[in-house]
Amino acid sequence: MKKNWPLWEVFVRSKNGLEHRHCGSLHAADEDMALENARDVYTRRSEGVSIWVVESAHIKASNPENNGELFEPAQDKVYRHPTFYDLPDEVKHM
Amino acid sequence: MSEAQIKSLEKQFDDRIARDEKIEPKDWMPEKYRKTHIRQMSQHAHSEIVGMLPEGNWITRAPSLRRKVALLAKVQDEAGHGLYLYSATETLGISREEMYEQLHTGKAKYSSIFNYPTVTWADMGAIGWLVDGAAIINQVPLCNTSYGPYARAMIRVCKEESFHQRQGFEIMLKLANGTPEQKEMAQDALNRWWWPSLMMLGPTDDVSTHTEQSMKWKLKRKSNDDLRQQFIDQTVPQAELLGLTIPDKDLKWNESRQSYDFGEIDWDEFWQVVKGHGPMNKVRMKARVDAWEKGAWVRDAAMAHAEKKRNKKQKQAV
Repeated sequence: MKKNWPLWEVFVRSKNGLEHRHCGSLHAADEDMALENARDVYTRRSEGVSIWVVESAHIKASNPENNGELFEPAQDKVYRHPTFYDLPDEVKHM
Repeated sequence: MSEAQIKSLEKQFDDRIARDEKIEPKDWMPEKYRKTHIRQMSQHAHSEIVGMLPEGNWITRAPSLRRKVALLAKVQDEAGHGLYLYSATETLGISREEMYEQLHTGKAKYSSIFNYPTVTWADMGAIGWLVDGAAIINQVPLCNTSYGPYARAMIRVCKEESFHQRQGFEIMLKLANGTPEQKEMAQDALNRWWWPSLMMLGPTDDVSTHTEQSMKWKLKRKSNDDLRQQFIDQTVPQAELLGLTIPDKDLKWNESRQSYDFGEIDWDEFWQVVKGHGPMNKVRMKARVDAWEKGAWVRDAAMAHAEKKRNKKQKQAV
């Protein structure tokens, strides 16, 4: 039994000035083929000016089960937002 | 996990979907949700892939360069749509190889419409107009489905699909306004594709088994019968515009329903084709399996080449 082609995640920058965004994944033998396939699969209608490919196995993702400890602490830190601070209406440009 | 815990998780899960929240790959989901999605999404992907075969048949014989580039682009899109959907399905924990295996052994189904032959050039018109038309009606509601990767894939698919239907209608229009022989060819294609296209919207509501659960998970937003009625109501005026006759003697405008009444669908034919006895089931699967098996040495060679390159790079680094 031969090895199957690994999975790659594809990120495309739609135009300069914007970030690369994840748009899907594909299988390819190596990074060069992944880039060529990404061009054919995800940019057939001028959707991009730049492509990144990353082997999926190299991505470490957070687990939704840990969302509480990861993201909830930010909810009671309202003092990180400008509206937390009481200022008189006369103060302009702030 | 205890049964009560699972019940409580399922309740929370259903509530999230009811609030229009999306489910993402690593989220907890009921096993049935995962299995149903794997089945529907992989069958959708298989349909795109097998769907290339009837049209691929005409690429070399397209009547002009304009038609040829359009047909090539459409078939390439279908390959792309299959790939978006396969990779979205893989996020549910099934491998690409497993899905291929299911298709090739007949365990997984694909849309029955592709088991009909494409015997004339007008079939390219009828497929784009009717088959892609029915597919769009099925697919547009899926852009809002609850599983994030499926919804995102469907948004891409739907954006690209509308050219497919327009190019098909243009072919029909040209033939319908051409010589008597050309018009006859267009009519013949409509005669053959009309009923199978209506069947594409699925069995009638009273026998459809998955509808209720699928509605809850937003895998379905409208029932098969509603979708079919929508398809008929929007397609009949288009046929009139072409000057072609829909092959249904019971087709009639119903003033009180503000919809068309239509004749009985031959569901025996539908189930025969689903069970593998359609005119092209064997030919389609043979073409698909041959392509996969004959491509094995290429896949292996690409992998061997990639490994060789990697080893070379590592040696240079040392």
